[in-house]
Amino acid sequence: MGVYLAQFLSGLASASALFLAASGLSIIFGVTRVVNFAHGSFYMLGAYFGYSLVRNLGGGALGFWVALLIASIAVGLVGLLVEVIILRRLYKAPELFQLIATFGVILVIQDVVFWYWGAENLLGPRAPGLSGIVRIFDVPMPVYDLALIAIGPLVLLGLWLLFNRTRWGVLVRAATEDREMVGALGVNQSLLFTGVFVLGSALAGLGGAIQLPKGDANLLMDFGILAEVFVVTVVGGMGSIFGAFLAAVLISELNTFGILVWPNGTLVLMFILMAVILIVRPTGLLGRPETIGQKTETGPVEVVLPAGPHYKIFVAVVIALLALLPLLVDDFILVLVTDILVLALFATSLHFLMSTGGLVSFGHAAFYGGGAYAAALLVTYAATPFELALLLAPFGAGLLALVIGWFCVRLSGVYFAMLTLAFAQVAWSVVFQWSDVTNGDDGLLGIWPAAWASGTATYYYVAFVVAAAGIFLIRRVVFAPFGYGLRATRDSSLRAAAIGIDIKRQQLAAFVFAGVMAGLAGGLFAFSKGSVFPDEMSIPRSFDALLMVLLGGIESLSGPVVGAAAFTWLHDELITFEYWRLLLGVVIVALVLLFPQGLGGAARHHVGRYLKLEASPGDLRSATPKREQRA
Amino acid sequence: MSFAEARTAGSPALSVSGLSKAFGGVQAVKDVDFQVAEGELLALIGPNGAGKSTCFNMLNGQIRPDRGSVKLSGEELVGRSPAQIWRRGVGRTFQITATFPSMTVAENVAMVLMSQARELFSFTRSAVNRHRAKALQLLDMVGMAGQADRPCGVLAYGDLKRVELAVALGNEPRVLLMDEPTAGMAPRERVELMGLAARLAHELDVAVLFTEHDMDIVFSHADRIIVLSRGELIAEGDAEQIRSDPLVLKTYLGEGQVYGQDKKPKD
Repeated sequence: MGVYLAQFLSGLASASALFLAASGLSIIFGVTRVVNFAHGSFYMLGAYFGYSLVRNLGGGALGFWVALLIASIAVGLVGLLVEVIILRRLYKAPELFQLIATFGVILVIQDVVFWYWGAENLLGPRAPGLSGIVRIFDVPMPVYDLALIAIGPLVLLGLWLLFNRTRWGVLVRAATEDREMVGALGVNQSLLFTGVFVLGSALAGLGGAIQLPKGDANLLMDFGILAEVFVVTVVGGMGSIFGAFLAAVLISELNTFGILVWPNGTLVLMFILMAVILIVRPTGLLGRPETIGQKTETGPVEVVLPAGPHYKIFVAVVIALLALLPLLVDDFILVLVTDILVLALFATSLHFLMSTGGLVSFGHAAFYGGGAYAAALLVTYAATPFELALLLAPFGAGLLALVIGWFCVRLSGVYFAMLTLAFAQVAWSVVFQWSDVTNGDDGLLGIWPAAWASGTATYYYVAFVVAAAGIFLIRRVVFAPFGYGLRATRDSSLRAAAIGIDIKRQQLAAFVFAGVMAGLAGGLFAFSKGSVFPDEMSIPRSFDALLMVLLGGIESLSGPVVGAAAFTWLHDELITFEYWRLLLGVVIVALVLLFPQGLGGAARHHVGRYLKLEASPGDLRSATPKREQRA
Repeated sequence: MSFAEARTAGSPALSVSGLSKAFGGVQAVKDVDFQVAEGELLALIGPNGAGKSTCFNMLNGQIRPDRGSVKLSGEELVGRSPAQIWRRGVGRTFQITATFPSMTVAENVAMVLMSQARELFSFTRSAVNRHRAKALQLLDMVGMAGQADRPCGVLAYGDLKRVELAVALGNEPRVLLMDEPTAGMAPRERVELMGLAARLAHELDVAVLFTEHDMDIVFSHADRIIVLSRGELIAEGDAEQIRSDPLVLKTYLGEGQVYGQDKKPKD
């Protein structure tokens, strides 16, 4: 009996930090409609700030709590900077660019933390006066857990008072309902947005700080908490703070009790819980059906045109050049171009999902890494020959995409993006932790192609043929009835349903198809490097793909290929610096702020119309397609 | 175009009975019964907020009714998805037009033809110019063939309405639901469009149900009119009957009070 009670209390204690982070995300989204992907980084910053401040102010109990509070306020100030410098300029931009920009912030914060605090995990300081143990039914409980249990509901109460008893809170709630109306009534919107962002960031920071005595500060916690927060938000219902509390408690309890029953299965339990809740209540426990945020805006809607004559010539020239490349360059360049081809296929598969399907996935690397691991596992455990493993890799990824997609297509817009990220993190955790099979962080080694394909030039040709075939297939599908049907669901789900298109089925098929293609790229990657590490499934890898799509310009069908080349070049340039993530983050933010159409989009806009890279003559003589203005 | 073989005119294509829906505490639609016969042009009218669009959304499966039944030639539609109901032959246009802005006008219509031909899961055939001839034919019916290759996103509102009609006709529906089909059109276009709707009904035996705010259109084109007020049907009949129905007059015109006069409004 006592054991269960203690376990229950321990679950409540870990729910508090999770709740703080999730409520912050919820509040920010409610008003600004920005899903702050850097939220996990704010949580991490809170932990690091807390660590240093406690050491400097430490000693007494007062110093400890003051330190945590200052840490939270400091994170709030970081939030202020991010809002004023970056997000404020992007509220009117397509959502995709807001998400990408906050990802840039993640990279910057990661490297700043790494630079200042180093790579070591920092063990959290004990809370003075609360470091003891109480016995509850003879089971020892850390006193600090009791403090944590109190903090969650206290903050919940505080937020309730703030939103229901203060003028500012009423304005925030009004803005959550109808921002434009609040603006029309003379409320200074930008001040309100900034205030909300600071409050949300400070809550995340506080969450990171208060969990210190139970845990530590480390460089992996940003993505870890981000995925958990997304799960909490999806389960609790977006925009509901009580829902966030309920979900945080539910998930923490599931984790603490899950460990007793099925130590290795807590992730699976979380899956099942999420599945049940999403089936019974698609809007989450306390969420209301949202009308806003159902669609992730990626940019202006334009008519999609098949290739024009000049474009075909252009592509033929590029293919001829690539075919002759081994005669022209050395092995170093050849390996680099092999990488580009593999990434181009990966990026094109994501681009298909995003541009044709309107489904912005933030976890696409799950299938790239999934394909790579499928191939590697087949080689390692079943001694599968190279050709067969490469053929089966996409199917492994497709199977994974079927399972994950089945959940994700139940949601749309930012919720879809959040869920894909959460699932990708789960997939990464499984690979990372299940070291008996996957070798964990040490990766699977010795995944080489068959002897005939092992030469640099030969493997280049293998990658070239497979990647080019994959990219052409994707392009073919865009212009096939399937692609049209998918685009129809993106353009108007109302109309699509009214002409007999089963939206979820079309989207799931697209998700699986994109997963299969990403898996093919992953298989190619595994054999080109001879090894696979969990990194290939990680969220940063998913963002790499997004970045390639962004660099190439979302509205251009050939964009991802250009993007993959640009990304590889950029990456190669930056990787020589010790703090390349910081630079990359700054570059991402700068790109989003300066070229909201992407580099390819900007280039096409200025150059493309003179080169006639897309079909236009005959058919469209009567009217030139105009850019649709976003409302 | 070749609509299905002639049917016995007058048999009910769509039978609605006891249809009810509440949103929170508001009873948007309450116990509505009516039928639309094949070859009939039936108008559903009523003041703003009477429940017309809610009714429409329940007929094509977008909203699930709390109670009641919708039968298409005897087959129950309640509980089916919009996609399934469409497959059974119920086409519709929306009050606020819903088209595919990233496609041309012709492609918008071709899309419906691809769905009709069950080609949505074809991954390798080309959809470019697919079903173009048939799409142009349909567009010609609504007078939009001349703009077939314009992007749908740049059309004028009245033109979008016509494209929607061509789309709705794509699967040769037995029942056509038109939610304010002539809103945003010039007077002459309105008459033309309603003339087309009447031809569809009378010559091809389609059951057409439409809502409309313009009473001239309603009285001059509808075969029969039903009137919805606060979610309930209050009258039914031809133009003459509806025009002289006291309850309808009261609903639309109130009870003769003029604002500014010192008369206490009755509740």
